[in-house]
Amino acid sequence: MSSRHFVDRVGRGFTLFCLALVFLLTITVIYVFVSKGLAIFFINGISPAEFIFSSRWWPGRPVEEGGPLVGAGAFITGSLLVSMPAVAVSAPLGIMVAVFIVEIAPEWGRQVLQSAVDMLAAIPAVVYGYVGLVWLVPLIDRHLGGGGLSLLAGFLVLSVMILPTIISVSTAGLRVLPLELKHASYALGSTRWQTIRMVLLPAARSSLVTAVVLGMARAFGEALAVQMVIGNTREWPTSILSPVTTLTSVITMDMGMSVTGTAWNNALWTMGLLLLLMSLGHILVIRLVMRKEAVR
Amino acid sequence: MNALIKDRLATAMFWVAAGLVLFIMGSLVGYILYHGLVSMDWQFITLSSHAIEAGDGIIPQIFNSCYLLLLTMIISVPTGLLAGIYLAEYAGCGPLAEMVRVAIQTLASLPSIAVGLFGLLLFVNTTGWGYSLVSGALALTILNLPFWVMLFEQSIRGVPRELAEGSLALGATHWQTIWHVIIPSALPALVAGTFICSGRVFAEAAVLLYTAGMSNPPLNFSDWNIYSTTSPLNPFRPGESLAVHIWRVSSEGMAPGVRRVADVSAAILVLAVLAFNFAACRLGRYTQRRVTGHRGTVPLLPFPYKPTTFLKNDKIFSRDRD
Repeated sequence: MSSRHFVDRVGRGFTLFCLALVFLLTITVIYVFVSKGLAIFFINGISPAEFIFSSRWWPGRPVEEGGPLVGAGAFITGSLLVSMPAVAVSAPLGIMVAVFIVEIAPEWGRQVLQSAVDMLAAIPAVVYGYVGLVWLVPLIDRHLGGGGLSLLAGFLVLSVMILPTIISVSTAGLRVLPLELKHASYALGSTRWQTIRMVLLPAARSSLVTAVVLGMARAFGEALAVQMVIGNTREWPTSILSPVTTLTSVITMDMGMSVTGTAWNNALWTMGLLLLLMSLGHILVIRLVMRKEAVR
Repeated sequence: MNALIKDRLATAMFWVAAGLVLFIMGSLVGYILYHGLVSMDWQFITLSSHAIEAGDGIIPQIFNSCYLLLLTMIISVPTGLLAGIYLAEYAGCGPLAEMVRVAIQTLASLPSIAVGLFGLLLFVNTTGWGYSLVSGALALTILNLPFWVMLFEQSIRGVPRELAEGSLALGATHWQTIWHVIIPSALPALVAGTFICSGRVFAEAAVLLYTAGMSNPPLNFSDWNIYSTTSPLNPFRPGESLAVHIWRVSSEGMAPGVRRVADVSAAILVLAVLAFNFAACRLGRYTQRRVTGHRGTVPLLPFPYKPTTFLKNDKIFSRDRD
């Protein structure tokens, strides 16, 4: 075997080794989350239904009073209530801006918007949270009352935060559409709006779905920006101005205080496992949508 | 002329949407930079901070952020690049390779606070290092390594296949082709992607709260012996990064002095990430010119989920000859 073929083999082996390392790391993370996340059910004997639907949270309750209560229902609801409306607002807005960038804007408008989106994407999560805390929260308090730290504040911060994700992924999807689609539509006498609505948007459907799913993943998994503005009261929210708690914010606040192995800590790992399952679900949805598209 | 009126209305709607996003962006960035720059002065940045007293500086936090980024990159970039090469060039799209991709993508989209939980257990508690820069850097690596791998895989996939085919046809081995043809052609995208990822690492906070810690030991910036406990270079000391600093001071209540510290930190953080993005753009273009000899647009990849990856998976060809 000549030396260059030897190098060929070694190079291949070495890159495989690195990939195996990354894969091993992934498996380790997943294994730890699954094993620690299920401990609350098998070791502490909490039923999954209680964990998901109950909102009674008293993880430190002594055994003689009936043992720890770890109902995460209020947190799961909080996560959904903060992130879903944010996606519902940002998805249409983001897709409209993406269409504007690709189809409608004059050259200068395209450049201005593109850099605006890049700048929005460059703002770190803590800074979003900080601006929410010192600007938005007092504003809500002054005009709507209720102290300001609220579901509404979390929703607003998240909807701005996920905009750049949705815009940039949709823009990329719209850009790669074949030009012929548009030409054919115009040749048939369609207006620009008809072309966008009936030809371009359906053609780019898979990237638009990807954009929305990624935005949802980001909104659902965001910790600090949300934790800073939602008040973190561990009860069911009663109105849009009442404080809430999300899965991520509970983990943020309790992970430093709870001792490994206790029901409290195990409950946090179970929430972590929920987040892991959510991200797996997001990835699978995206792949499914893309696969369908590729087959068609 | 119903359709024409609808068309006009729709156009107006798109302009309004774009204006709204511009307005949000302008007021947000304006707010951050205005408040940050008003209260910024040189002394403020260079003095070291003591908890919450007014007029304290943030130089240790800036140093920690840079140091954490450096430690993370030393581990992630080579590993990520090599793993990305394997995924793009050798792995193909069989069921096993697809499973590896799904696993890596799942890890890449795992919320950072969950990775923080993992880091707290594994690096802080199990190894006994406590809150330290090493724990922080390793947790950052777990968070970002899958991201780098996907980014590098995509940058390498973006190289036109004709280049590789030409090289193989001339009798080069696959590794020679990768090393002398594919990597140089992918270099602009690799460089740009590296910088964009670095900005992400620099701005990350959730993962660091309980791994790198939320405090700084007294530091002596003239002590460069990495074994010394007061040396800024000692990787086994706790180190609060700039992003974590913003979170901590603003969750401790809003005294006027605190407000000022947080304002300046936020402005510096935003400017730093913008600088990373700017550098990504500039260096990408520079490399592009050096490598290809012409000015072209660098395929910037702000997101490793660009639709093309998934499309290509189905039509991937194998450059492997055996």
